This record gives sequence, structure tokens and C-alpha cells, in this order.
Amino acid sequence: MTDIRSFEQTGEAGFGDYVALLKPRVMSLVVFTAMVGLLVAPVAVHPMVAFASVLFIALGGGASGALNMWWDADIDRVMKRTQGRPVPSGRVAPEEALGLGLALSGIAVVMLALAANFVAAGLLAFTIFFYAVIYTIWLKRSTPQNIVIGGAAGAFPPMIGWAVATGGVSIESVLMFALIFMWTPPHFWALALFMRNDYGNAGVPMLTVTHGRRVTRNHILGYTLALAPVALVTGITSIGGPIYMGLAIVLNVIFVLGAWRIWRRDEDQAEADGFRVEKKFFRFSLIYLFLHFAGFLAETALRPYGLGGW
Amino acid sequence: MAITIEHEMHKRRFGRNFGVAMVLIAFVALVFGLTLAKVSGGGSIQGFDHTYRPALDQPAAAGGVN
Repeated sequence: MTDIRSFEQTGEAGFGDYVALLKPRVMSLVVFTAMVGLLVAPVAVHPMVAFASVLFIALGGGASGALNMWWDADIDRVMKRTQGRPVPSGRVAPEEALGLGLALSGIAVVMLALAANFVAAGLLAFTIFFYAVIYTIWLKRSTPQNIVIGGAAGAFPPMIGWAVATGGVSIESVLMFALIFMWTPPHFWALALFMRNDYGNAGVPMLTVTHGRRVTRNHILGYTLALAPVALVTGITSIGGPIYMGLAIVLNVIFVLGAWRIWRRDEDQAEADGFRVEKKFFRFSLIYLFLHFAGFLAETALRPYGLGGW
Repeated sequence: MAITIEHEMHKRRFGRNFGVAMVLIAFVALVFGLTLAKVSGGGSIQGFDHTYRPALDQPAAAGGVN
């Protein structure tokens, strides 16, 4: 009699493994920024339409994450940070990740077109294409500027949210895009500084590998200095206001100060304290972006009480 | 007897099927909700006939709001 317990492990994935393919942590950022983009737009959207739209934007983002995991399975296997992902760990077959990514991309784009409009759906389709093809397949392994250009994919969600409400693109949504676009390089390069040899072992041409860690420190400072004016200029548009402006000034002073601290250190100092400054800068970068978008939201939420906006 | 023993694989398979079922139910609910939102356009609807009934417009007309 065959004992079912003697069967070999099949490698069958659980539901959670498929959820993990959609990169839920990245998705949370997509949901938040898309929601802010939608809510701060000057056109009111039915709550059900808003909910469905944000959900399909998140699904589109998740689908591009699955496509990324399908293509990058080989380098994910090498990097410590990504070894536990469903494809490199063998729980999900690469073809399954590809199938799921393509199917969800189609569903997300079509459903967003039906729920909102074709501009938002077109932007979502372009975002998925940009992240999966331009960034993952083409640029990630061919240029140290991969993070800069790839950052555009992560910067689209507030623009899509804005398009859901207004049906178009305007200076405010472009500036929200620019804020995330300029924020991405210092955020990821700080990570690359303290993740040490991970990217190098995987053969990904991160700036730390191709141009050295000194150049990376210079770039972090440069991009942080360029980011500050973008954050402040956004504050004088229709989505900004005194609350946002106050918040942006404080956050950018701290961020530039952090970048300056990273810039003036050398590897020996960083090594000595276990990359304390770099790790602190990386953690703060998450708070930085969250609070900027929370600032936009606060301006809109307080407007009915005569407090938000200029 | 042995065939009834629950293998870890079964748990995962059940979890996956249950998850897919929940996602499908949620999707149906979402499309239904979206349909209501689109059809009503934010106003109230009465779906038992398909003819124009002035009674539905009266409150708005009385209030002077279109």
C-alpha cells in the first residue's frame, strides 16, 4: 500500500508564494502614491471607482514585479537579499511567473480602462512595459545608470492616479513623478553601499561596482541636491501649501545633511561603524517619500476647513 | 487509512485553491460594485423598469438644482 507520506516534495507553491511574486512591499508604495495622486487631483472620483482604480494600478505594479522575477531568477539566485524569492527558491516555476505576470498585466490594464479611462490605462501599460522590458530586460544588466532610468517605472503611479481623476497629465502630476524619479537613485545607491558585494557577485553593473564607492557617494549627494528643488517647487503648485512646504523644507534639510555625511565619509569609516550613516540614510529615505505624499494629502484633506492649500 | 493522512502538500494545495476562490469572489464583488457606481453615476437608481419617470427628477427640480 502506498503511503502518501512517502511522496517526494513536489515543490508546489502555496498561495502566499504567488502573492510574493507581486512584490507586496513595493506594491504598498504604489498603492499609497497612486492613491495620493488620485485624491489630490481637482476632480472628485466616485469612491468605488477610486478604490477599483487604485487596486488595478497596484495589480499592474505587481504584475510587472512577477515579470521582473521571471527574468531575474538567475541573478536573484546569487544575491543574498533575493535568494528566498519564490522562483530562485524553486517554489514557483519561471514559466508560471511569466504567465501570471502577463495575465495580470492584461487584466489590470483592461480593467483600469473600464473603471477609469484610457489615458490612465495607457500610462499603466507603459509603466509595466517600462519596468519589465526597458528596465529589467534591457538596462538593469547593461548600464550603471539602471537605477536612474528604472526609477521612472516606480514614479508613474501618482501620475496614473491623477489621470484616473482628471483623464490627463498636468504639471502637478509631472512634479509628483519627478519627486519619486529623483528620490530613487540616492535611495537605492545607499542600499548598494551597505549591501556590499551582492550586486557585484550577481554581475549587475551597479554604480558601486562599475565606478567605485567614492563615485557612488558623490552621486548620492548630487542627486539629493537636485531632488530638494523638485520637492520645494511642487509645494508652490495647486497640490502644495504651507503644511507641505514646511514639511518639505525640514525633510530636505535632513536628507541633504544625510547625503553630505555619506559624501564626506570614506570606506574605512563606513566599515568601522558597520555603515551606520548609510543605513540611517536609507531608512530615512522611506520616511522622506512617505511624508512628502502625506503632505499633499494633508493639504487636500484640510482644504474644506480653510487650512490646506495656498 | 494512510490515504486519509493529510500531507503538507495538501494543505498548500488547499490554501492555493481557497486563495484563488477568494480572489474570484472579490473580483465579482468588485465588478458588481463598479457597475453600480457607473450606472448610478452617484445618484439613486430604481431598476424595475426602463422608462423615464419624472417622479425621480422632482426632488432635484424642486430644489432648483440640476
